[in-house]
Amino acid sequence: MSNSIILIKMYQEMLRIRTVEEKIADKYPEGEMRCPVHLSIGQEAIAVGVCNTLKVSDCVLGNHRSHAHYLAKGGDLYQMLAEIYGRIDGCSRGRGGSMYLVDLQVNFLGSVPIVASSIPVATGVAWAEKLKHTGQITAVFFGEAALEEGVTHEALNFAALNKLPIIYVCENNLYSVYTHLKFRQPPRSISNLVKGYSVTVFTGDGNDVINVYETAKQAVEKIEKGEGPVFIELATYRWREHCGPNFDNNIGYRTEAEFQKWKKTDPLKKLRKYLLDQKLISEPELILMAKSLNINIELLFQKAKSSPKTGELLTENNVYAKT
Amino acid sequence: MQKPRLLTYAAAINEAIDQSMDADPAVIVIGEGVPDPKGIFGTTSGLMKKYGPKRVFDMPVSENGMTGVCIGASLRGIRPILVHQRVDFSLLSFDQLINNGAKWYFMFGSQQSVPLLVRVIIGRGWGQGPAHAQSLQALFAHIPGLRVIMPATPRDAKGLTASAIRDNNPVISLEHRWVHQIKGQVPEKLYYEPLGKAKVLQRGTDLTVAATSYEVIEALAVAQALKSKGINIEVIDIRSLKPFDESTILNSVAKTKRLLLVDTGWLSYGITGEIITRIVEKLFKQLKCAPRRIGLPDIPVPSSSALTKDFYPNTRTITRAILEMLGENIAIAAQMFQDLDNEAHDVPHAEFTGPF
Repeated sequence: MSNSIILIKMYQEMLRIRTVEEKIADKYPEGEMRCPVHLSIGQEAIAVGVCNTLKVSDCVLGNHRSHAHYLAKGGDLYQMLAEIYGRIDGCSRGRGGSMYLVDLQVNFLGSVPIVASSIPVATGVAWAEKLKHTGQITAVFFGEAALEEGVTHEALNFAALNKLPIIYVCENNLYSVYTHLKFRQPPRSISNLVKGYSVTVFTGDGNDVINVYETAKQAVEKIEKGEGPVFIELATYRWREHCGPNFDNNIGYRTEAEFQKWKKTDPLKKLRKYLLDQKLISEPELILMAKSLNINIELLFQKAKSSPKTGELLTENNVYAKT
Repeated sequence: MQKPRLLTYAAAINEAIDQSMDADPAVIVIGEGVPDPKGIFGTTSGLMKKYGPKRVFDMPVSENGMTGVCIGASLRGIRPILVHQRVDFSLLSFDQLINNGAKWYFMFGSQQSVPLLVRVIIGRGWGQGPAHAQSLQALFAHIPGLRVIMPATPRDAKGLTASAIRDNNPVISLEHRWVHQIKGQVPEKLYYEPLGKAKVLQRGTDLTVAATSYEVIEALAVAQALKSKGINIEVIDIRSLKPFDESTILNSVAKTKRLLLVDTGWLSYGITGEIITRIVEKLFKQLKCAPRRIGLPDIPVPSSSALTKDFYPNTRTITRAILEMLGENIAIAAQMFQDLDNEAHDVPHAEFTGPF
């Protein structure tokens, strides 16, 4: 069983991500974050559980909904906020916004907004690390809709063929924008489909961070033994609208009842209860943790908001690297 | 004196890759058919034997996925050369190439670059038809973040390919399969032709012909034939579409006052219109006549040689346009290039018996 230090660390990281994103939602109507935001509230356990099994030197790539992945890998919060506010201090110098996160200090190599588009790129990263014999592992996060993109299958095929050191993390939250999985894929499991590529497949509860962590650890062990790629399908649920700060259970594509059912499986609540039941942490300690996180995060929001706007004069030099 | 060293264009590419791999262990080459017995028209033959399966790869028939894989590898210190035997195959890879490859450096704040060479073979002839014989340089050249080159001569095939491998950005190199077997002088050592520089191949004062790829060969033949008639054509090999060397063409047209563009691709929204616009914007008042352009009609490339007969420009088409622009009698065009009447128009040379 996971030790208490890692459990408390994971709780703190999930709470940090939740607090950051709730603040984004709160402040979004101010009109200062002038870019789309895809919040991962409700899905924090997957990012945190997986990233806690990785080393700083391991690489992670994400997608349009990657605040959680970026932060869980250790990405700099101030730079992420500055990016969302369109500031020069942003991790992508304000050129990308919320969907284009990068922090090379911690090998978060990038998140891109086209569904499945980062999957072959991550596969290429894993291939390079294998060619270089670095022993580094790559993880890539994507939603279940990525299985509808041909490029995912191309990447899985190549990764299996070459036994690449990569974890494919499928966050199955049932919806692509407003469209339920049942309207997009036939009634068969994604896991069975992927097994056909001769890739190791694990499935699990994506809202149970301990389960995610233990599953990812197994994946890492298999990869370290040279057994090739692992695909993990994790069930979860996005609480808020596809893009933006609001709840949207009223607009007709899903029901309030469905949301409430999933909300009961809130990954934070689950781990919090476990920590308290096992007496690994006390109520006052949890309150203190939340308070201190809140203060620190609020300060970084203020810092990002008051940081200089990007006045970069864009030229070809920003588009092409020097040789 | 030493005899000039002659190599085919294909051998020159092969040598550029070979010497670049020798110079930099990060360079790898991958593509459908790269290590196969045909070796991409000979351009990759022998590399597997020399560098082995850790640097020379065949690949699954997954153009988009493998382009993404190459982009990912390039972010981690590998310098891939990705080869498509037909440009038409590369259309499958446009998400990776345009959304990721071309933008990675820009969209993540100029921190990581994508040193990737994508070689695509363009061409014509032997009935390859609508989706196997396109010239899609304009599509690539439209995209900020890509570099686009079209080497026409063996010398440039080596020098530009070497520069493209060394460049830290995604470069698309379009090779016309009708130039693969043309021989020319190629220096033995590894050398680098600058990306983004056009080249004046023949000096002249009466009219400037700027051409791409195989049309450079055609334009040169025309210019040489017209010399004996007292007409002096300046021939420019455009070589690089992105970055584009405006000044070489501007300087030439400032002298000749007349500009004709010849491209292997379609006219609409293409290379010729773009270059003419740039020149007209700057030299409008100096021009003695309206610039003209020659390319393909807005019709997919047909297969039957009965249909391709008048589809492509040839030396006569180019000659006629030049004579018209100079106000000369166009009747002499019909008397020139008599061989055209006897030669098959759908093969690169008389010995070719197909298929590609």
